[in-house]
Amino acid sequence: MSSVAPAGIRLVDRFERGLDAPICLTWELTYACNLACVHCLSSSGRRDPRELTTDECKALIDEFERMQIFYVNIGGGEPTIRADFWELVDYATAHHVGVKFSTNGSRITEEVATRLAASDYVDVQISLDGATAAVNDAVRGEGSYATAVTAMERLAAAGFTGFKLSVVVTRHNVAQLDDFKAIADHHGAQLRLTRLRPSGRGADVWDELHPTSAQQRQLYDWLVAHGEDVLTGDSFFHLAGYGDALPGLNLCGAGRVVCLVDPVGDVYACPFAIHDEFLAGNVRDAGFTSVWRESDLFTELRAPQSAGACASCGHFDACRGGCMAAKFFTGLPLDGPDPECVLGHGELSLGARGDVATPRPSPDHSARPRRVAVALTPARRPDRRCDESPLAGTGPR
Amino acid sequence: MPPTTTPSTSVTYDPERPWTLHPQVSLRPESFGALAYHFGTRRLSFLKSRTLLTVVESLAAQPSGADACRAAGVTDDELASYELALGTLAESGMICERVA
Repeated sequence: MSSVAPAGIRLVDRFERGLDAPICLTWELTYACNLACVHCLSSSGRRDPRELTTDECKALIDEFERMQIFYVNIGGGEPTIRADFWELVDYATAHHVGVKFSTNGSRITEEVATRLAASDYVDVQISLDGATAAVNDAVRGEGSYATAVTAMERLAAAGFTGFKLSVVVTRHNVAQLDDFKAIADHHGAQLRLTRLRPSGRGADVWDELHPTSAQQRQLYDWLVAHGEDVLTGDSFFHLAGYGDALPGLNLCGAGRVVCLVDPVGDVYACPFAIHDEFLAGNVRDAGFTSVWRESDLFTELRAPQSAGACASCGHFDACRGGCMAAKFFTGLPLDGPDPECVLGHGELSLGARGDVATPRPSPDHSARPRRVAVALTPARRPDRRCDESPLAGTGPR
Repeated sequence: MPPTTTPSTSVTYDPERPWTLHPQVSLRPESFGALAYHFGTRRLSFLKSRTLLTVVESLAAQPSGADACRAAGVTDDELASYELALGTLAESGMICERVA
């Protein structure tokens, strides 16, 4: 992303007041997923019976076209599970709405890879959260590393260059950044790193998976060294307090330049904020345009925000107080420091917060075993304390 | 899709040559100027003034980049910053030289 002079307008200031249409729109097509990643932002697993129909999806694409939304980031769940997935991709591109879709790779057959390589206006993002099967599968599930690598091999073999290898940076893979870059380069792909958010099921694992402060510094230095070669979805602006701003937009775009449309048509301020608190409206009621332009929540987000506890910090102009969703789901005030504030103010706030109940994701579509109404045996308990870790039992044996 | 247009750093903007918006680029007017998105390279750029948008939109109809600037009302004082902006757009493949 680059900005082109002239005029000394700070785009950040413009963007914080909102635009007529989003710059970046994430559209989750389904809550159904064949994986059950421990950090899933959208708590996906089971399809929601109220998900938008094919016709409703097409009407929404028509609206995106009218608003001149250049492209949408399609995700889920696993979006390719929807029977009408390719029909919707074709419909979008025929209507001048480019598509970038995120997938775990399970449905990237040779045939699909060939089709993708030949088609215009479609980009693919393969998710991988470890540069080795051991690290990846502990988070994304047994066999998911092999699936993702096979998908990348098929895309590369079909001649698709420049697809994205998308990695959520965690405590366990931050030492593998060079390896991820090598994997991306080997497949002719571009590496994309994003921040682990305590959103969805991520709330349950954030404490043990988010990078330590020493690792954050290491990550920042690595990002600065790699510049625009590595994409970040502008998700690390909370690290700007270390020094130079990272490439891209250094601001929270929630409800201002980004938003999320979920599978049932609910519009949230951003993909990391699936909670009633950040629900602006539903596309089934008055359409997406009206939610984007007129909803109370988005209007409020576009008004000048208080820097709150960060007002006296000399770095506020750089980090803008960090990520709203990260604060919300860790139980911190929205007008205070980010839980991963590089000056350590977030850690102090977390310590002072104590053991308050943090907000639970709403809704939750996780594919948990159903509970029976009358249990003859007590609910299964972890045998040992460490089994409460969501990672226990899923790692390499 | 493989990027069909590789941004070339060797492209330099010559204000005396004829230019045009790249066919794979879409513009969306905004209060601050415009967003430009290149579907081939999948890169987004921000045009930071309405006048720059007018210049870019009129390139194809003007004999040269300099003519497009003059026609859009860019003053002599402003010209350098507009040429810098057009240079950046040329480098990233957003605008390209027109084959006469």
